[in-house]
Amino acid sequence: MKRRMAKDTLTGWSMKAAVLFANLLVFLVALGLLYKARPILASKSLGHLLTSSSWHPLKGEFGFYPFIVGTVEATLLSMVLAVPMCLLAAIYLAEYAPRRLRESAHIVIDLMAGIPSVIYGLFGIIVVVPIVREIGLALGKQNTGYTLLSGGVILAIMVAPVIISVTMEVLRSVPAEARETALALGITRWAAIKHVVLRHSMHGVLSAIVLGFARAFGETIAVMMVIGNVARIPRSVFDPAYPLPALIANNYGEMMSVPLYDSALMLAALILLLVVGGFHLVAHVILYRIEKRW
Amino acid sequence: MRRQIIEEKIFKALMIASLATVFLALLAIIVIIVARGAKAMSIDMIIKLPEGGYYLGKGGGVANAIVGSLLLTGGASIISLALALPIAFALQREYIPRRIARVTRLALDVLWGTPSIVYGAFGFVIMVYLGIGASLLGGIIALSLLMLPIMTRAMEEIIRMVPMQLKEISYSLGTTRLETTFSVVLRQALPGVCTAAMLAFGRGIGDAASILFTAGYTDSIPQALDEPVASLPLAVFFQILTPLPAVQDRAYASALILLLVVLLVNLVARLLSARFSRNIIK
Repeated sequence: MKRRMAKDTLTGWSMKAAVLFANLLVFLVALGLLYKARPILASKSLGHLLTSSSWHPLKGEFGFYPFIVGTVEATLLSMVLAVPMCLLAAIYLAEYAPRRLRESAHIVIDLMAGIPSVIYGLFGIIVVVPIVREIGLALGKQNTGYTLLSGGVILAIMVAPVIISVTMEVLRSVPAEARETALALGITRWAAIKHVVLRHSMHGVLSAIVLGFARAFGETIAVMMVIGNVARIPRSVFDPAYPLPALIANNYGEMMSVPLYDSALMLAALILLLVVGGFHLVAHVILYRIEKRW
Repeated sequence: MRRQIIEEKIFKALMIASLATVFLALLAIIVIIVARGAKAMSIDMIIKLPEGGYYLGKGGGVANAIVGSLLLTGGASIISLALALPIAFALQREYIPRRIARVTRLALDVLWGTPSIVYGAFGFVIMVYLGIGASLLGGIIALSLLMLPIMTRAMEEIIRMVPMQLKEISYSLGTTRLETTFSVVLRQALPGVCTAAMLAFGRGIGDAASILFTAGYTDSIPQALDEPVASLPLAVFFQILTPLPAVQDRAYASALILLLVVLLVNLVARLLSARFSRNIIK
């Protein structure tokens, strides 16, 4: 008996240690990156680094502004393209679709979420880039097709599974009574959705969008394959852009040979972690609240 | 009222169009990658290492990347599993208070959402600290960080579903938490645990950003943990960036291999969970 208890206590403690590790990991990652980013933070103020447009590593100038603008614009563009479509699709699946369609849609969405980003990028190069190029030329804009718009389109496809599946879950958590009370008044299903279901699940739908935003913000390989990677602030969607994750991924080769370069890239990673982590934190806290309420 | 009905019809049409667009996008991706990849596919692609002048269009294949990806993701799966299983079990009520479990779940969700390039950068920091270069070990560290939250969270969802009564029956026989966890909870949750592991494997094998500067790339198969290793996603990425059409075709073929592996893993995960769930008490 004593041995069994000892085993139980021992494994109990090691399991708790593993839990502690999981909780500390976020901070560990942040601290590790901060430790490496310290040299550059010591040489320039964070405000200067974030607002300067001059990116000349050899001269020791590291202005993140064009990259931040590139990331934000590509992400916003993808949201404009994806959000209306994904919300409509999710509402249909949650409210109108027959059970079998809903279940097969689950499989399709899971599949989409599982496709590696390099394959989305390849699809972008084969299909999206030439189409965007033609559209741009038809509009009288000189472009190579490797543009902000291509990046936005690919990101929009990639965030679709996130937004759709979270929205569906949120909508299905609205109690059936709420829906039925509205329908009993003799209004159409759509009116009930608009006035009751969506109002009930406003916060949840917002969280779904935030999660999609965070996904697009940190996406690296697929975007960098189609967005052109030119460190200038894009003037239209047919200009190339250079998002922050692509900056890190493209320059790992040189970063050890130029002073402060690795430090700057680790700072970029830290910024990504903080922004994306912050968004996730907010969205998940809201979603947990919803789960608990109903 | 008429207006309401018309409005509903319009929105329903929009919804169906949206859903169709999403499905079509997925279909287009699969069809195009399969079509382009199949054209360039050959048995050499799978079984041969890159030969001299491979990147100029001469003979060889991406066996180095296939084996490399399996080594990387296999190694990372073992490490993640060794950590994920205890964490997922510990999140039961018997081990830690619910409040802490909730915080841990939140931490795992935030980790799940962290961009893989950040894990790549952090893996790089660890590697500099340990004094190792781009290598199999470095890639495994970065990948297991990426896979850990996915695996843990998926397992924990399943373990939480095990009915409390079932556990109480076991406890009433005088078992310890460990005994109940292994002989009741694990047995009940096994299909879900396998599915979670496969899910994380599928994510890990397709990820490029985390191993970009931790694993490196090489034309041979690594013989030790401190040697650089090739991987399928990076094989696709590097080959498509070359200007030669013959090499770009191989990027499509490599992408097809990767896609098939990921789809296969997903399929097996589903079948596993369907097959095992026969023995489960609901």
